[in-house]
Amino acid sequence: MAGLDKLVTSYEAAMAGLEDNMTVISGGFGLCGIPENLIQEIYHKETKGLTIVSNNCGIEEYGLGILLSKRQIKKMVASYVGENGEFERQLMANELEVELTPQGTLAEKIRAGGAGIPAFYTATGVGTLVAEGKHHKIYNDREYILEEAIVGDFAIVKAWKADRHGNLVYRKTARNFNPMVATAGKITVVEVEELVEVGELDPDEIHTPGIYVDRLIVGTFEKRIEQRTVLTA
Amino acid sequence: MALSRNQLAQRVAQELNDGDYVNLGIGIPTLVPNFIPDGIEVMLQSENGLLGMGVFPTEENVDADLINAGKQTVTMVKGASLFSSAESFAMIRGGHVDLTVLGAFEVDVNGNIASYMIPGKLIKGMGGAMDLVAGADNIIVTMTHASKYGDSKLLTNCSLPLTGKGCIKKVLTDLAFIEIKNGKFHLLERAPGVSVEEIIKLTEGELVINGDVPEMQF
Repeated sequence: MAGLDKLVTSYEAAMAGLEDNMTVISGGFGLCGIPENLIQEIYHKETKGLTIVSNNCGIEEYGLGILLSKRQIKKMVASYVGENGEFERQLMANELEVELTPQGTLAEKIRAGGAGIPAFYTATGVGTLVAEGKHHKIYNDREYILEEAIVGDFAIVKAWKADRHGNLVYRKTARNFNPMVATAGKITVVEVEELVEVGELDPDEIHTPGIYVDRLIVGTFEKRIEQRTVLTA
Repeated sequence: MALSRNQLAQRVAQELNDGDYVNLGIGIPTLVPNFIPDGIEVMLQSENGLLGMGVFPTEENVDADLINAGKQTVTMVKGASLFSSAESFAMIRGGHVDLTVLGAFEVDVNGNIASYMIPGKLIKGMGGAMDLVAGADNIIVTMTHASKYGDSKLLTNCSLPLTGKGCIKKVLTDLAFIEIKNGKFHLLERAPGVSVEEIIKLTEGELVINGDVPEMQF
């Protein structure tokens, strides 16, 4: 790595510096657009006591779910954790801490974290368990709660294309949380399918400017589908 | 007779207005696109970052990078757009979505909704539902009127943890179309062949009946 070149050539180098008890924010919705090889690397590193911030926690044998099998996750911040038996088991047995966060609030917490905004008011969750212990305030006759931003020690991101400067383009709904996650890591690591020359991406089409990206690696992806649904003739 | 899942979707579709942007939840709401009336143009929003959701793909067109909020593979219609989760919820929280249709476990006379958690039994999370009910003005809840044990889901007070407070005004069940106002349920329509008495029996919260209640038309 030199100058603006963010490219690293091993997953070990991509996740170097990740230590026990750190907070990791991950992009992805379900299994779509997850940084699957970076997650694998965390699994192999056996880093423990992690706080993972991600919309979901994968399934038992794929995605973030694999970190549960080695008890690497101490706390999960997510909006939806269904379809994962091991997750439910650890949760019921009080082996895992979970902070259920509404999806839009989660997206905004990460966005705010990356944008230097410490907290924001939202109507989402008012009158529910989510609002307990949070500051309430009324604006224009409506009640809002204060939600705090999230910053990660690491942010792990999956994009489609990148140049060496870390300018990123995502593909279809694999974009999801990735653009916000990319902004919210003290160290942001991105894995992509395709590397292009600097200058090849149309500046108008770049979704995430390289300023947010610290490390970049090119990987191969399984892209598992959770609910393969097709038209029946 | 109680409405089938398809009839529920068909009745919801009658509430669509030409030019609406609509967010459909998981379950019965996903059947609504099959019944969009002729001459009505709507755009379906999927909260994982897609406006202009199309039908399910053919086997050849399956794309792992293109899914809906239920994680099912989908397609895009002409004029579709793609965006991040933050942008998606800006649409939702900013009140830009015209109609939201979602399921629930319970609804009560004060417009409270419980749909995401059964303590000690089912902990899956709220996903985008809390944002949707807080951000939308026009929401239709679709659910069965009572549990399979005959327990009413239309209550004086929700018993489960809430998804949103005072935000539901319309409920379509397999037996009735109900409006919520002034702390009461109001019976607007009944499913074909279902009597007012049957609906009263399975509605725990206070139900107002004004004159002859019409049957739903399909």
